[in-house]
Amino acid sequence: MVKIESGRRRFLGRILATSGSLLLAGCDRLSQTEWFPQVLSSAEKLTQAAQKLIVPRSAMAQEFSPADISPEFRSNGTSNPNNPVYQALAADGFMDYRLKISGLVEHPAMYSLAELKALPSRSQITRHDCVEGWSAIGKWQGVQLSQLLARAQPQANARYAVFYCADPMDARGTTYYYESIDLDEANHPQTLLAYALNDAPLPIKNGAPIRLRVERQLGYKMAKYVMEIKLVDSFADIAGGKGGYWEDRGYEWFAGI
Amino acid sequence: MSQSNSTGSTRNMLYQRHTLAIRVMHWINVIAFILLLMSGLQIFNAHPALNWGKSSYNGQAPLLQMGALRDTQGQLVGVTQIFGHTFDTTGVLGVSADANGLPSARGFPAWITVPGAQWLSMGRRWHFFFAWLLVINGVAYLLYALASRHLTRDLTPTRRDWRSLGQSIKDHVRFRHPRGDEAKRYNILQKLAYLSVILGLFPLVIVAGLAMSPGLNALLPGWIDIFGGRQSARTVHFIAAWALVAFVFIHVFEVIISGLWNNLRSMITGRYRVPAQEIDHGKN
Repeated sequence: MVKIESGRRRFLGRILATSGSLLLAGCDRLSQTEWFPQVLSSAEKLTQAAQKLIVPRSAMAQEFSPADISPEFRSNGTSNPNNPVYQALAADGFMDYRLKISGLVEHPAMYSLAELKALPSRSQITRHDCVEGWSAIGKWQGVQLSQLLARAQPQANARYAVFYCADPMDARGTTYYYESIDLDEANHPQTLLAYALNDAPLPIKNGAPIRLRVERQLGYKMAKYVMEIKLVDSFADIAGGKGGYWEDRGYEWFAGI
Repeated sequence: MSQSNSTGSTRNMLYQRHTLAIRVMHWINVIAFILLLMSGLQIFNAHPALNWGKSSYNGQAPLLQMGALRDTQGQLVGVTQIFGHTFDTTGVLGVSADANGLPSARGFPAWITVPGAQWLSMGRRWHFFFAWLLVINGVAYLLYALASRHLTRDLTPTRRDWRSLGQSIKDHVRFRHPRGDEAKRYNILQKLAYLSVILGLFPLVIVAGLAMSPGLNALLPGWIDIFGGRQSARTVHFIAAWALVAFVFIHVFEVIISGLWNNLRSMITGRYRVPAQEIDHGKN
């Protein structure tokens, strides 16, 4: 009786261990295929459609009280762009910085930091959610992107705003950070080009001189060191074609989850 | 009513215990839950710490944190901190073997994450796909359970069930299981366990998961403060997931000791053999 029991137990144990390692090996192999991650990604479309359906276009992200502000706003990714052009701008306090608005607009434009700061601004205390899982709360001040778009007048076929950044993502300086959002998100009242964090000029580690705020999506959408905003009808021909540096490396373009 | 008669008639009786719909939904749930757990731990490993509150940086130490240090010989040491207490968890938490068997810094070990290697974007794809599957399956189950009266007939405790609570606890502790006609229905502890998972833990883990979505946060600003903020929601999501794992362990344990093959068959073909009534030794 005892023998049978222990034999059965060993058998069960072996079945569990075998099926466990088969499961793991299977999942890893599936992750490496071309087609399976595409099947998994069908959920992204569902998520985006569901959120579009239930969250109104103009719904506001939660705003917090000054007491909630994180003592130190964490810097992630690039903390100081390894780019001589950027370093020259920074050395001068970004006096010579010009934000370029280009692409499918009636009125392309260049803005100095002083010109951006002279426009009406918005301040908001919001929570920054990193895809890794952490959150930090900070007070941002900047120009609503909708203001710049209204001045530039997007053409009828413009669908996305693409943000080109000053931070190289490899040692050779051939790949630069970039991001994109659709025009609904770009015209949202909380979507800012921020130049101040916690009532001080935006530090370099957090994206000086200009950092994008897209408060209803994850941190990687909020490009730092923004140099140019280009309106396009498609981002298929830009870099990896997925609409952003991290998107080209497997992350979701719609980062509302 | 003749005792021997009913014993004889139930000894080899196979009766239809689970409908096809319940069986299919049960196994979909098994697959989705396992993959959600493992891809969830992959996601956790991207930031292996749990905080309480609205943000991770609010001046308070994390409730739980896993990390890696180097000892004086330069070896990686896995360190886990829980409520300020520090434990050496090398080999399991903080530091464990990578695909080549070399020690690497990671929260949970490769054998419990999907994918095995650190790969956050792929972990998220698995997680959100199976999250949709689990939710759709769960909603279908609830609708079916209501429409077929499975919820009210089989799962809702009756007054008689409540009166049997003490006896049922004693029976479970002594690993005794109902036989005869009593084996055809769920006992009170079973009903309470299933109901707390179906109506408690699963809804909790789902809502706490949705509370981490910055998009859904905008639905009704501040709604996630019911958890105490986003990082609290993340902690609740983690704890609820492990509470479900605890349920699974107890569930599988009971399945094994109360007749593994019989129970498995009833969840595969639907047919359950009612264990014969025990001969009454007059103990009761």
